[in-house]
Amino acid sequence: MRPRPRAPAVIAALLSIPALLAVSGAVALEQGDRRSGIAFASPQTQAMQADDTANPGMLWVMDGAQLWRRPDGAAGKACQECHGDAAQSMKGVAPRYPDFDAGLGRPVDLSGRINLCRVRHQRAAPLAHEGSEMLALTAFVAFQSRGLPMAPAADARLAPFRAEGRRLFEQRMGQLDLSCANCHDDHWSARLGGSPVTQAQPNAYPLYRLEWQALGSLQRRMRNCMAGVRAEPFAYDAADYIDLELYLAARAAGLPMETPGVRP
Amino acid sequence: MARTLIHAPKAARAGEIIEIRAMIAHPMETGQRMGVNGTMIPRAIINRFVCTYGGEVVFSADLHPAVSANPFLSFCVVATQSGVLAFAWTEDTGEVHVATTDITVT
Ligand code: HEC
Ligand code: HEC
Repeated sequence: MRPRPRAPAVIAALLSIPALLAVSGAVALEQGDRRSGIAFASPQTQAMQADDTANPGMLWVMDGAQLWRRPDGAAGKACQECHGDAAQSMKGVAPRYPDFDAGLGRPVDLSGRINLCRVRHQRAAPLAHEGSEMLALTAFVAFQSRGLPMAPAADARLAPFRAEGRRLFEQRMGQLDLSCANCHDDHWSARLGGSPVTQAQPNAYPLYRLEWQALGSLQRRMRNCMAGVRAEPFAYDAADYIDLELYLAARAAGLPMETPGVRP
Repeated sequence: MARTLIHAPKAARAGEIIEIRAMIAHPMETGQRMGVNGTMIPRAIINRFVCTYGGEVVFSADLHPAVSANPFLSFCVVATQSGVLAFAWTEDTGEVHVATTDITVT
């Protein structure tokens, strides 16, 4: 099924500022300018994210903690049996992702890595990308790194994929013919239909979006933006998303992880 | 079992006003949405929340379809005696989810 385009208000607002967006500057974000999406959110949303008893994302983190201990698959093993206490073994893992997987010969993101563990080590079926179990496990693993700076993997084999991610980020797409960079590099401090555009920083995912009333992945967020410019989103787990995630991670280096974030 | 997040102090002084926060994971399906084939998704919400303190109701609320998913309630009570704070969320089906926490009052 084709995802429906985003709210008409956004499209209307877009059409009212074509002159602005038609300028294709494509100047990549300066290091000193980097700001997490939470910096643009209302004080109420910021307070909700900061308080673990008000942040609904914590419900998924709690779920993930349970799944971490649950034996699964033909191997009958729990994540914990191999990885022990997640607070130690998973600390510092999420800020490095996506990372290269030698077996696949390509990068995988954190959810992709968890599915590889399910298939290779637990001998269980992979989890659906946007399913509640995958979101819970990914949130639980990423939560162990909350507060740590994004530290993209330095592996040289990632370079061509990251370059492809940048190309995708700067490529115009959809009926509105806009690139991610048109909004998130060139106009991140502006507003679109009332919403701050922000810098498209990936440091809080999976996060709770009030509009979704649920936790969602970075891929889901990118699909929303693609539908917003009336482009056909790539399928979940498409290699293009991983490439985009790699570029976003490099662009976010140094920003503290916030998982589970809260956004409007 | 539904997932709940409770925030309440473990200890308080007699007469102190304490803040309690309670959240439950729930989709709060309104009954107004269409599913994939144009079929109505049936309503399924938490329609009632009750907090008891030492067995006595200290706070309750009726919830309606316009309440967002994962409802979050925050309220204050006066700490009077040590005991159990119990939280109960009732589904449209009549099913009740319960969570409890202890408080020591000195
Ligand atoms: C027309 C402008 C526009 C384009 C083009 C666009 N976005 Fe966005 N993007 C937005 C707006 C506006 C938001 C914030 C939405 C909100 O909070 O309601 C956003 C949010 C995001 C976020 C969430 C940041 C956070 O803090 O959680 C990410 C990530 C993102 N965009 C990535 C992309 C990618 C990748 C592309 C290209 C495929 C893209 N965007 C294209 C306008 C755009
Ligand atoms: C049988 C042992 C085993 C089980 C069970 C297992 N893993 Fe792994 N995991 C590994 C090994 C070994 C690696 C190193 C990479 C590889 O060989 O696949 C790894 C790597 C990882 C990584 C990447 C770490 C890094 O530093 O990049 C994550 C994240 C991870 N596992 C999460 C999980 C989760 C979540 C589960 C449960 C769903 C799980 N693993 C179950 C053995 C296991």
